[in-house]
Amino acid sequence: MDSTIADKETLERDAAIGASPVERTAALDMVEPDQELMTVNFGPHHPATHGVLRLIVDLEGEVVRSVKPVVGYLHTGIEKNCEDKSYWKAIPFVERMDYLSYFFQMEAFCGCVERLLEEDIPKRAKYLRVIHLELNRIHSHLLWLGTSALDLGAMSMFWYCFRDRDRVLDLFEMSTGQRMHTRYFQVGGVMEDLPSGWAEKAAAFCAEMPSRIDQYEALLDQNEIFLRRTKNVGIVSRERMLELGVTGPLLRATGEPWDLRKVTDYLDYSDFDFQIPVGTVGDNYDRYRCRLAELRESVKIVSQALEGLPEGPYRSLNRKVALPPRDELATSMEALIHHFKLVTEGFRVPSGELYYSIEGPRGEQGCYVRSDGSSKPARVHFRDCSFINLQSLPDMCVGTYIADMIASLAMLDPILGGVDR
Amino acid sequence: MPDAPGLELIAGELNEAFAEAVLGTAHAHGQATIEVQPEPILDVLRWLRDTPGQEYTFCASVHGVDYLPQTPRFAVHYQLLNMARVERICVKALLDDPEDPEMLPAVDSCVSMFPTAEFQEREIYDFFGIEFRGHPDLRRIFMPEDYVGWPQRRDFPLGGEPVLFTHNEHKTPRWYD
Repeated sequence: MDSTIADKETLERDAAIGASPVERTAALDMVEPDQELMTVNFGPHHPATHGVLRLIVDLEGEVVRSVKPVVGYLHTGIEKNCEDKSYWKAIPFVERMDYLSYFFQMEAFCGCVERLLEEDIPKRAKYLRVIHLELNRIHSHLLWLGTSALDLGAMSMFWYCFRDRDRVLDLFEMSTGQRMHTRYFQVGGVMEDLPSGWAEKAAAFCAEMPSRIDQYEALLDQNEIFLRRTKNVGIVSRERMLELGVTGPLLRATGEPWDLRKVTDYLDYSDFDFQIPVGTVGDNYDRYRCRLAELRESVKIVSQALEGLPEGPYRSLNRKVALPPRDELATSMEALIHHFKLVTEGFRVPSGELYYSIEGPRGEQGCYVRSDGSSKPARVHFRDCSFINLQSLPDMCVGTYIADMIASLAMLDPILGGVDR
Repeated sequence: MPDAPGLELIAGELNEAFAEAVLGTAHAHGQATIEVQPEPILDVLRWLRDTPGQEYTFCASVHGVDYLPQTPRFAVHYQLLNMARVERICVKALLDDPEDPEMLPAVDSCVSMFPTAEFQEREIYDFFGIEFRGHPDLRRIFMPEDYVGWPQRRDFPLGGEPVLFTHNEHKTPRWYD
């Protein structure tokens, strides 16, 4: 790159930081374009799009002048389908939206229905949910770390992250029977108690994970290429992020310490000692640092929850909502009736509507359920964080190189199954 | 969320400022809801965002609901959030279904106030056929561009949709009728 282009690039960067795309485009328009714009279709089938995202990119040479995300290639009508399923049958549906944070979607949906039913769940169930949610966060962040590093050319990170992610999936398989899409949470608690030996295996994982995270940090943080590809790239100001409704690590990287686990009281997160990592600049490097620190905090939460796991029932004893234990079916007529009613018709939820949100790995995972008094929801809507966060992509990319757009997209961490639902 | 008297105060002040904008309030399951007329929705949202003491500056979610067979039939929900006080308030704009079947229920777009609503309003338009006046780019977002019908309305049938390929698309024209 000769020096004049470099100077122009710095000028543009300075003009661009913190400005909205409109202002930024205006600032860039003042610089006479050297070449005419070329419109490139990017995706939907491309490994770097993390799914089936299509971007329509206007390029001036290598510099991105505008980005338009086009979504919908993975739309499966899950929200509509849920309206035809009883509440307990909708759970496997909703967890298939964002296929990397299935526990979070189950919790958003089950928690919402529990609040509509005004049903409190036992303490042990809350802890079991926290353990699985945080393991899910680790799993999701590990996959993000591996694939983003891959997008930046670091092949080995991908294998290391998948190695550790597989251990989380093994834990899920042991406790829930499935590696992904587990349907482990249900209204009133969780499906099963932990099998014997699980806690030891999870504790061993938690003991080893911090050193693994140190290794990843050492691999990336001392890598000149990685640093130069991420530092001061894709900066979006905190105010703009808030306007765009962006939440999660992307917002925290700009310095806003907003985490629903701290500010709301769902699932007794106040019992655990953990911190909210925040960034300062709001560039891709901060996003990476925030997520890496979140991995450490999640490991801390899992170990604390395993240590303090209370005794007691793992799901609600209210037989109108939660299934009776299997062994009672052979001896108790009443249990058999409850089982039959719950499995055939499902429980009814009194009329009402509620928006309930939790902190997912990508931000505020919201769920809106409207009940009309029957055993099927009248409307289920998910506020998917990837869908909302994707709107900040033009702000991150306009005025940068196309290669940095790939980096920004990776650091945005969109899951297209969740975007399209 | 504001407590029940606080919610009534907000409703009262809104009614004073914008001539009977509020249709009702609800306080259930830890959620405060204000139902408003669709016409002054932008004024109501701006009032909630900018009035000192309210400052619901973060728009967490915008989504549509079909209340068939109730009237008014449609609603657009705005989930506003005050981050400093950790208070949420749900503003519901109730929309009548126009009698003319060619017409769509319409409400003003809040994209100028909350840029986050851009995709979400497109989603509501796509699924419920609610028009957002002043939206910069109101097109279908999830369904194909040439799709006919509003799939998440309650009277739109679930299932029975033939899978269209190029070899059979001419055999099933207007399958949705």
